[in-house]
Amino acid sequence: MTDSANSSNDTPSTRPMMEVTVFRGDDSAGSYQRFDVPREDNQTILDVVTWIQRHADPSLTYRFACRVGMCGSCAMMVNGKPRWTCRTHVKRVLIGNRIEIAPLRNLPVIKDLATDMTEFFEKWDRAEGKFHPTLTRNDDIVPVNPESAERQAASAGIECINCGVCYAACDTVEKNPAYLGPAALNRAWTLINDERDGGREVRLKAVSGDGGCHNCHSQQGCLSYCPNELNPTLSIAGLKRTTAVAALKGEI
Amino acid sequence: MLGAKLYLAQRLTALLMAPFVVIHLAVMIYAVRGGLDAAEILGRTQGSLWWGSFYGLFVVAVSIHAAIGLRVIVFEYLKLSGVALEALMWFVGVVLLLLGMRAVFAVVG
Ligand code: SF4
Ligand code: SF4
Ligand code: FES
Repeated sequence: MTDSANSSNDTPSTRPMMEVTVFRGDDSAGSYQRFDVPREDNQTILDVVTWIQRHADPSLTYRFACRVGMCGSCAMMVNGKPRWTCRTHVKRVLIGNRIEIAPLRNLPVIKDLATDMTEFFEKWDRAEGKFHPTLTRNDDIVPVNPESAERQAASAGIECINCGVCYAACDTVEKNPAYLGPAALNRAWTLINDERDGGREVRLKAVSGDGGCHNCHSQQGCLSYCPNELNPTLSIAGLKRTTAVAALKGEI
Repeated sequence: MLGAKLYLAQRLTALLMAPFVVIHLAVMIYAVRGGLDAAEILGRTQGSLWWGSFYGLFVVAVSIHAAIGLRVIVFEYLKLSGVALEALMWFVGVVLLLLGMRAVFAVVG
């Protein structure tokens, strides 16, 4: 965002302003600070945060990279709801003339709007959200039928950008710190359905532990907020079904 | 907190309880409408292997299902975990089983 893109010809005093309260601080101490930010016709929440940092308080800390909904680094709580801020338009979320911006829920706060996502990514690992190859580079490429039921199930969940929005929306994550969370479990489900993957058994075990898929209450908070319209609840239901059958057969 | 085995146990007992509840309610309504009083009902249930196993199994399913359900609620809202949580789950299950079986014997025995 350039300055020219964010300013109009109006003088500051005649431009419509909105009231933005922003969380400042970290886990040990923090409070909300108010800023009056000029409104623009086309303005995202990330534009608002950037305006504050550039024009009101350069010490404001936040995280972003791509600004186009690709990298997943800009998620924050906006008026109490988790959102990707670079693609959330102010006019869609404004309540009255106010916006409250806070760091993503369910994660430790490093400073202001930047959360520590270590735990979120470590849970991907713990859910065996990594590919277990069965072939080497010397083998021929095995064709994958895009129409097969497994591939369709995998494809339905692969467009995850690791933004953590679902993780922030999930009450089970809040109540059970060991819970792997919707994103990691969704990832595990895509790999279970990947016919090239060889890690089925370890993965089914990994998602059946203390923080596993069975702790999900299927209330679909993740599904309601995922900006990419993925359905982690459905993926987790698939994991529950598959692990239940495996447990009955004594495989896990 | 809830692994595959407990999850499975809770789902299977739910599967069992659903038809049991329906049968229980249907028979009760049928019996009362038919004008049977308590003594007459007891006369039919006492010594019946069928009603004994029906309600016996019902009680077992309820005890397992409720104990696991309470385990989840107590963990999430009262933050109880570890051995204390296991102990509470077993305690609830066993108490429900004992109380339930006492009732079953009273009706069937
Ligand atoms: S459906 Fe499951 S994973 Fe999704 S928000 Fe609810 S508890 Fe969390
Ligand atoms: S599943 Fe959706 S909300 Fe969750 S991390 Fe992936 S893209 Fe974000
Ligand atoms: S900045 Fe990359 S997704 Fe928002």
